[in-house]
Amino acid sequence: MTIFDLLELDFVQSALVAAAVLALVAGVLGPLIVTRKMAFAVHGTSELAFTGGAAALLLGISVGYGSLIGSVAAALLLGLLSRRDSDRDSVIGAILAFGLGMGVLMFALYKGRAVNKLSLLVGQIIGVDSTDVWLLVVASIAVLAVLAFIYRPLFFASVDPDVAIARGVPVRALSIVFALLVGVATALSVQVVGALLVLALMITPAAAAMRVTASPVRATALSVVFAEVAAVGGILLSLQPGLPVSAMVTAVSFVIYLACRGIGAVQRRTA
Amino acid sequence: MTAISLRGARLSYGDRVLWDGLDLDVEPGEFLAVLGPNGSGKTSLMKVLLGLQPLSSGTVMVTGGNRAIGYIPQQRALEVSMTLRGRDLVGLGLDGHRWGFGLRNRRERRIRVDAAIASVGATRYADEPIGVLSGGEQQRLRVAQALVGDPTVLLCDEPLLSLDLANQRVVSELIDKRRREANTAVLFVTHELNPVLPLVDRVLYLVNGRFRIGTPDEVMNSRTLSELYRTPVEVVRVRDQILVVGAGACEEQTHHLTAEAAS
Ligand SMILES: Nc1ncnc2c1ncn2[C@@H]1O[C@H](COP(=O)(O)OP(=O)(O)OP(=O)(O)O)[C@@H](O)[C@H]1O
Ligand SMILES: [Mg+2]
Repeated sequence: MTIFDLLELDFVQSALVAAAVLALVAGVLGPLIVTRKMAFAVHGTSELAFTGGAAALLLGISVGYGSLIGSVAAALLLGLLSRRDSDRDSVIGAILAFGLGMGVLMFALYKGRAVNKLSLLVGQIIGVDSTDVWLLVVASIAVLAVLAFIYRPLFFASVDPDVAIARGVPVRALSIVFALLVGVATALSVQVVGALLVLALMITPAAAAMRVTASPVRATALSVVFAEVAAVGGILLSLQPGLPVSAMVTAVSFVIYLACRGIGAVQRRTA
Repeated sequence: MTAISLRGARLSYGDRVLWDGLDLDVEPGEFLAVLGPNGSGKTSLMKVLLGLQPLSSGTVMVTGGNRAIGYIPQQRALEVSMTLRGRDLVGLGLDGHRWGFGLRNRRERRIRVDAAIASVGATRYADEPIGVLSGGEQQRLRVAQALVGDPTVLLCDEPLLSLDLANQRVVSELIDKRRREANTAVLFVTHELNPVLPLVDRVLYLVNGRFRIGTPDEVMNSRTLSELYRTPVEVVRVRDQILVVGAGACEEQTHHLTAEAAS
């Protein structure tokens, strides 16, 4: 089959739509996550989505709900840790290790099909059907709507917390709401790229964008573009050779990141 | 109408009393310098005025409330890698507390932000990443951020820290200009009184739970400071500078007498 034949297929189209929607959400959230130094927290959240999914498998409920519960709970927990807590990274590490251990235990106890297990780790985008896509679209719109409403004070609190607090911005409440949004977005991403590769959509494009511009608006726009290129481009690249989607998505995303680091270094030298 | 009013204000953390019985009225357009050794409760006073720290007893009133305050925080080091330009920092001072994206009135907003940036002479580097700017440049932008919201009260927590003499002059004159033109009350925490001495109307000097309020002459003399520090302190006027020599330790600047050295 040629790539054009493949693109005719319903499940391929669903996958592309899902990837495009997710990339939009991840691209918008990314610069805030990087500014707030939450990359490791996002990683922890995604792995705990895996634990939630594993628990769901074992209990025989929907894996989607399981991972959603897992990552939202984790995100809330980690969101409550202040950025200034010096032990934040070690707390995340401790929770993460325990969560993964539990996930492994539940896998061992699960007697179902092994493919269900693998998809939790590396994604199952080629398996998303159109109802999943609808759920994804609705959830993404909800996340983006909330984000649009809180964006300015959240950005203020992220870059300049002292003055933001002084101006009456509810910094702590915003940090919890943001953690919730990240939790939902992570759970959605886990469905597509899998727990292990969420960082490729949420962190890498934003980190790349922030190397090449100091304007927050431009950084967000670039981050969305990079995430779209990585997600949609990664799927297209994986179709014909039949390679794993997540491998291609992370590869594209990383190449963009390297390029931006290079451009950023040149900009700084010539500035 | 006073800009700031404290009555019988007491602040203590556990059984450590920072200050007690503090009655203070600051008039619009007044420049009040707040002095005192590390840990004497200067930043805590700012927090009280901002409503971030409740008083242990007494009352505090700021005319216009929280939104009428321009604030320059003490610790201001911005990260080098931060995706933020001076223009963004100043803009946040204007409307960063509002909900939504702020897509309306962008033109008017831009005019106000540009004007604030120009007023501190930061136009040239307002579009550079803020992390690469020098301390003095960042501090000018901080002043613009505090002024852009048109405050009636300006709280400056050690705004001269780590600036050279030329930049100390620039920053303190910017703040002085603002209070003269817009009648803004200024609380100015500093470890070095001399750079702002000509601008200062009154001094609030905090030491170890004790304090004095008065004109520089009333407070910065050997008798008053010896009483505050409870140790012999010499205050010498040399031309228009005030030198404080205390507890055997000679200090170049006004104080830097630590609470330990004084106790
Ligand atoms: N939330 C708090 N809980 C307990 N103690 C506190 C708290 N905030 C401040 N303190 C203590 O109160 C004292 C005064 O702190 P503050 O920051 O007001 O001092 P400062 O005069 O601004 O000192 P510096 O010159 O070092 O900036 C310090 O000893 C500090 O440890
Ligand atoms: Mg202080």
